[in-house]
Amino acid sequence: MDKKERRMVFAAAIVAACLCTGATAGAMHIMEGYLPAGYCIAWGVVSIPFLVAGFLKIKRILEKSRRNITLLAMSGAFIFVISSLKIPSVTGSCSHMTGTGLGAILFGPASVSVLGIIVLIFQAVLLAHGGLTTLGANTFSMAIAGPFVSFGIYKLCGKLKVSKHVGVFLAAAVGDLFTYCVTSIQLALAHNADGNVGAAIVKFLGVFAPTQLPLAVLEGILTVLVVMALETYGTTELRLVGFGSELTKKGEF
Amino acid sequence: MSKTKKTAVLLMIIALLIIVVPLFALRGAEFGGSDDAGSVMVEKIAGKYEPWFTPVAEQALHGELPGEIESLLFCLQTGIGVGIIAFCMGRLVERKHQETLAGEKGECQTQTNEATAGREEKAPAGAGR
Repeated sequence: MDKKERRMVFAAAIVAACLCTGATAGAMHIMEGYLPAGYCIAWGVVSIPFLVAGFLKIKRILEKSRRNITLLAMSGAFIFVISSLKIPSVTGSCSHMTGTGLGAILFGPASVSVLGIIVLIFQAVLLAHGGLTTLGANTFSMAIAGPFVSFGIYKLCGKLKVSKHVGVFLAAAVGDLFTYCVTSIQLALAHNADGNVGAAIVKFLGVFAPTQLPLAVLEGILTVLVVMALETYGTTELRLVGFGSELTKKGEF
Repeated sequence: MSKTKKTAVLLMIIALLIIVVPLFALRGAEFGGSDDAGSVMVEKIAGKYEPWFTPVAEQALHGELPGEIESLLFCLQTGIGVGIIAFCMGRLVERKHQETLAGEKGECQTQTNEATAGREEKAPAGAGR
């Protein structure tokens, strides 16, 4: 990010902080109307700086090369597909994956926040899934917290010289799980019996985690498959975004 | 089969198993959404909770989105995504195919039938890696 962009993000953060008092922020997975207004606004406001940073990042990625649009579109489409599929899980209930890991690995977490919010708005408006009031909270869990963890894990795996595919797998799977952990925390902060947030977090995690665990593994596998396909057919595009450069030995592609 | 291909097939099988096994292992389970389970939990923990805002689609319809329509919209979402991915992948695969062909010194100057011949032709092109 250059200076001007950094200033813009900073300005957005300040504006966001000021808006804390009376923003009409809207707020995927937390149902419409299930968070008190204050929490909706707070999570929405927290998400704004990330979205601005993401928007600038995407602009820069496209300025660098128009060809990046192929991978960017695919990352976005991957989130679209993956988050629309409700998969049966071992607990006897269904859940869906987030699909944000791929974009985070290829483009960095900030840009995914923009891709993610598009999907969340689509689902909130048309599908009555998630919601407009909970958009901020859901954006934070799915499009910000998850991708940041994915990105961190991917980088960490690179440093630890773990095989690239294993790194991608772990990044996507853990990012998916983390999204639901954040959702649990968000719900617990708003809904707890006599201020016992810890106990509430454990209870909400009890609902989401067992269902999500196999799906996280599935998401990891699917992300690795897409990455493998891209490595075979989209070498040029992957090089443009610098994928694998820190991990691959020369000539591995 | 190349190593990449073997891994890919193996991963696909595992992915399929993850989806299918619970369905058959837990016969008769309801498979409701975990999002809904979340709202049940909210009521368990915090007592009766009345959502203070209803989804815009439900407001406009004065009721719940009909199940079939909901699945239609979910399909639409999947369709949009798959369409974009398939379009991009198709371009990449064909590009590589053309590169391979060019590399083979005009061994086969296929202009026709490529789109239709699709799969059989692509497989050997990708198998090299």
